[in-house]
Amino acid sequence: MEFVDWLNASVYLFNKGLLNAAKIGSIYALGAVGITLVFGILRFAHFAHGDMMTFGAMVALGGTVLLREAGINLHPVPTGLLALPLAAAATILLAIFVDKNVYAHFRARRSPPVVFVMTSIGVTFVLQGVVRLIGGTGDRQFFFVVEHAGQRIREDKERWIVNFQWLRDHFEGFRENLVITAPQLWLFIFTAVALVCLHYFLTRTRTGKAMRAVSDNEDLARISGIDVGRMVSVTWIIAATLCAIAGTLLAMDTQYKPILAFSILLPMFAAAIIGGIGKPFGAVLGGFIVGAAETFAVFDWRPVAGRLFESVDMTQSMALVPAEYKLAVPFVILVLVLVWRPTGLFKGQVL
Amino acid sequence: MSFLLEARGMVAGYGELTILHGCDITVEPGRISVVVGANGAGKSTAMKAIFGLLPLREGRVEFDGRDVTGFTPQQLVKAGMGYVPQVSNVFPSLSVEENLEMGAFLAPQKVAPGLERVYGIFPVLREKRRQPAGQLSGGQRQMVAVGRALMMDPRLLMLDEPTAGVSPKVMGDIFDIIEKVNESDVGVLMVEQNARQALAIADTGFVLQTGTNLYTDSGEALLADPEVVRSFLGGKT
Repeated sequence: MEFVDWLNASVYLFNKGLLNAAKIGSIYALGAVGITLVFGILRFAHFAHGDMMTFGAMVALGGTVLLREAGINLHPVPTGLLALPLAAAATILLAIFVDKNVYAHFRARRSPPVVFVMTSIGVTFVLQGVVRLIGGTGDRQFFFVVEHAGQRIREDKERWIVNFQWLRDHFEGFRENLVITAPQLWLFIFTAVALVCLHYFLTRTRTGKAMRAVSDNEDLARISGIDVGRMVSVTWIIAATLCAIAGTLLAMDTQYKPILAFSILLPMFAAAIIGGIGKPFGAVLGGFIVGAAETFAVFDWRPVAGRLFESVDMTQSMALVPAEYKLAVPFVILVLVLVWRPTGLFKGQVL
Repeated sequence: MSFLLEARGMVAGYGELTILHGCDITVEPGRISVVVGANGAGKSTAMKAIFGLLPLREGRVEFDGRDVTGFTPQQLVKAGMGYVPQVSNVFPSLSVEENLEMGAFLAPQKVAPGLERVYGIFPVLREKRRQPAGQLSGGQRQMVAVGRALMMDPRLLMLDEPTAGVSPKVMGDIFDIIEKVNESDVGVLMVEQNARQALAIADTGFVLQTGTNLYTDSGEALLADPEVVRSFLGGKT
């Protein structure tokens, strides 16, 4: 085992492990922030969050198809991202529409939280139907061939390869590349920008501070003259925007399907609870913790070990748990956190 | 005599239950009025009815010469009332300064002068302005609560049992806070369990019983009245 073996193994681990963990962690973080904000202001667990993401992805897919038909592209920006503003706007309209026509009714009646939770499960089923009616029941690729400078480019095959020339020159036997695909890169950029903007909004603007005040103590916020109804709308706007971003980028990275985000609803809830309910930056941390735990629990260490040691049994998987148990991993973490620190890492509200 | 606050013949309650049966409460400009009475006498209910948190069935509230009967809390804050609830009266995860800013949410131009005024009254809050209010001691937390209500530069500050559940030392601090606020010519209306200390700083005291006025006099006179002392203060004068 030489130093160069360590280099090879590290780059491999970064490429296949950390990048994937950060990718799924970003999706979870964007979703969990929305869930935690909705819980903080409206005080119920919003089970329709996953399908709001799918809805956003569906609109983005439709917009992308239209743009491609019209021959519009801004290579190297993927066409899917050009459709993102449309997706965000549609998801915001959907969220406000559902709030005004469904949740507002129960708010006026001062229904207990469990009624809202059940209602949001109902909304989720309706949305699943709507998404299938409009977007179809099959899987679809965000797959485009664009004409750019006379060349035909397959957008989904766009990738940036870092080949570490300096390391190749100086260490004989170094042979790894770092590969980042376009959807991954854009996902990281969007996540970072969205979270920085959210932090600025919540801590520096009057509306953001008022939102935190409502989350802290709704009665006192009312007495202070804060319009709680307006804060509810702002919450939906933020949550829906984050949903559209996460859903679109998730679909671009894999493919669009009707259960795109419903299938990750529970890990997102786990992330929100781990971070501390009602704490946006706890939810971000929770998202990355769940993403990393899930990725590394089922990560097959054989290639890493193989790069380090000569005598590795390559016939047996070296994953901690079999891949079928991937979905259970967030819940193991969730149980551990709830036992060790019931209010979550950031001392959130108690459910 | 002109009053800053004049509430006459208030009738109010929760659902079927009527708690106030025609009760009167007044505050003179820049003076301290204290409402005392046994548990269930309707002290906090009277405060809530004046501040628009509970609808009045009968009666009339005048503030600063205006009829404000039926005003919402927001309208009353704009008109110049500040209200400090009995419990959970700060935003625990917001910093001290953010708590104060929320007090002037309705009038952003009042934030900067309001902060200066509140920090002038409570210099310790300036030092702790970046700390979450939930991490402060009981007395400092009450300062934040009172400071929040002072941000709009109110003419009347209403406090609902400010010393409920605090240690004797903090209780003394809170009475100091109230006198300090009053020095800047803000009228104070306060409901208190610790009747003896409260009446000692009161210009006018109201003793309530089952939702009606039993005695109304200066704080000094009430403390000297053997009947009041025997029934409501316990022990001798």
